[in-house]
Amino acid sequence: MIQWRSLAVEQHVAMLFLLLFIVLSLATLSVMWVVRRELESSERRTRLLRGLRAVWIGAGVFWLAWVAGPVGASLTCAVLSFLALREFITLAPTRRGDHRSLMLAFFVVLPLQYVVAGGRHFDLLTVFIPVYVFLAIPVLSALSGDPERFLERNAAIQWGIMVCVYGLSHAPALLLLDVRGTHGRGAFLVFFLVVVVTVAQVAQEAASRHLRRRPVARQIDRSFSWRAWLLGALAAALTGTLLYWVTPFVAPQALAMALIAGGAGTLGEFVMRALKKDAGVRHWGNAPSVTGAVGLLDRVAPLCFAAPVFFHSVRWYFHA
Amino acid sequence: MSRAEFMGLLLAFIARLITGAQGHWKGCPPKAEQRIYFANHQSHLDWVLIWAALPRELRAVTRPIAARDYWTSSPFKEWLTTEVFHAVYVSRERSDDQDPLEPLVQALANGDSLVIFPEGTRSSKGQPQAFKSGLYHLAAQFPEVQLIPAWIANVQRVMPKGEVVPVPVLCTVTFGAPVELRAHEDKGEFLARARAAVLELRPAGS
Repeated sequence: MIQWRSLAVEQHVAMLFLLLFIVLSLATLSVMWVVRRELESSERRTRLLRGLRAVWIGAGVFWLAWVAGPVGASLTCAVLSFLALREFITLAPTRRGDHRSLMLAFFVVLPLQYVVAGGRHFDLLTVFIPVYVFLAIPVLSALSGDPERFLERNAAIQWGIMVCVYGLSHAPALLLLDVRGTHGRGAFLVFFLVVVVTVAQVAQEAASRHLRRRPVARQIDRSFSWRAWLLGALAAALTGTLLYWVTPFVAPQALAMALIAGGAGTLGEFVMRALKKDAGVRHWGNAPSVTGAVGLLDRVAPLCFAAPVFFHSVRWYFHA
Repeated sequence: MSRAEFMGLLLAFIARLITGAQGHWKGCPPKAEQRIYFANHQSHLDWVLIWAALPRELRAVTRPIAARDYWTSSPFKEWLTTEVFHAVYVSRERSDDQDPLEPLVQALANGDSLVIFPEGTRSSKGQPQAFKSGLYHLAAQFPEVQLIPAWIANVQRVMPKGEVVPVPVLCTVTFGAPVELRAHEDKGEFLARARAAVLELRPAGS
């Protein structure tokens, strides 16, 4: 441990990534083995494989973001936000009258939010979208003079911005957050968050596979049950506790933070599933072919929901 | 790489960034055969979308139709349509001595593929209008060229009439099975059938 502390921050992170990729490789191999052995349910199998691929892509993007530094990380997340919001708006019931609001969302709000995050204006980051954009979007929409389904359209746009832009922008903000004078170690917090959220997801998936509990909401997700969710969150908490030494937390704090982030992430995924079901059924008969087979939105959703909750918990608790 | 090639790649990249421009090849594979793609027309972006949805090697041999008076009115427009898109120019005002389809016939005789919008004008009502007869004449003159129907979905949300800035929304281009001109089929019948083939590709609910 003493030797570990004496290493440079950069080397710490590099070693963490090495560890991450080793663990991922092992996980991939074991999943492949399981898949080859029991081919009984092909739906579950494709889901597992898709989940695995998503984790790899996520880890790769995350590594790239770290390599590219704070500006690069903000840019990477901004691009992810853009793609996720694009997918969200495709599913949302917007009309011609929303064109100006959407322009504002994509070309003004999104870049500004990331500039604010990159500039460490965390107070502004917190209120910019929930307060100022919240007013600006419906004003523009009303000015276009189309009252049909006004609330529904504007609610959808605001919600999309909250999830895809506000939520995701907390990832680079976390990178730049100084907790108790641990300057330059924000990468550890992001790392902590991403690992914990991923573990929660994977553990929940595995738990629901083995428990076969009655789903809480069959119409939305046939595998989501409270027990599986709790096991996911607990797995996240355990992982977080084991990882406490990379963070500014002491072990019990790491446990609580990981529990919060992991639980929020999997609930976020659940919510995104409901949204997709809604959009897929009502607005697009063949949703996969319109949005593309690979949904970015449900992939980043756990992070979008977990990042702000985690960020504000840390910030509030440590007065950072 | 020439400037025109670079411009082409840049435009295709932007189109994909804004709309995804996904091509769904439902009725035929994307192959380097001589083809006439015909599609519904809702927006100025339709051509760019179809073009970006094609695989890169097909883009160079697939040409749009452009109105000569508008698209040659400035050096940049002319460069864009000639060098980047290899457009076939047609003149909008009719002269008695010239067949308006003449440039298209030449391009097809050349072995190029074409993209045409047989409605002739943009329709914003969702349902495509009745097809103009040009498609029929081309089909009759070039029986060996495949006629591929295509439906462009969602593009009217990207850039509604009267707006100039596109908004990112995912769009798809669905390519259907080839339509053939049957023996002794009359013009009206064929055009109705071609229009039905395009409409059939429309995703449910859009």
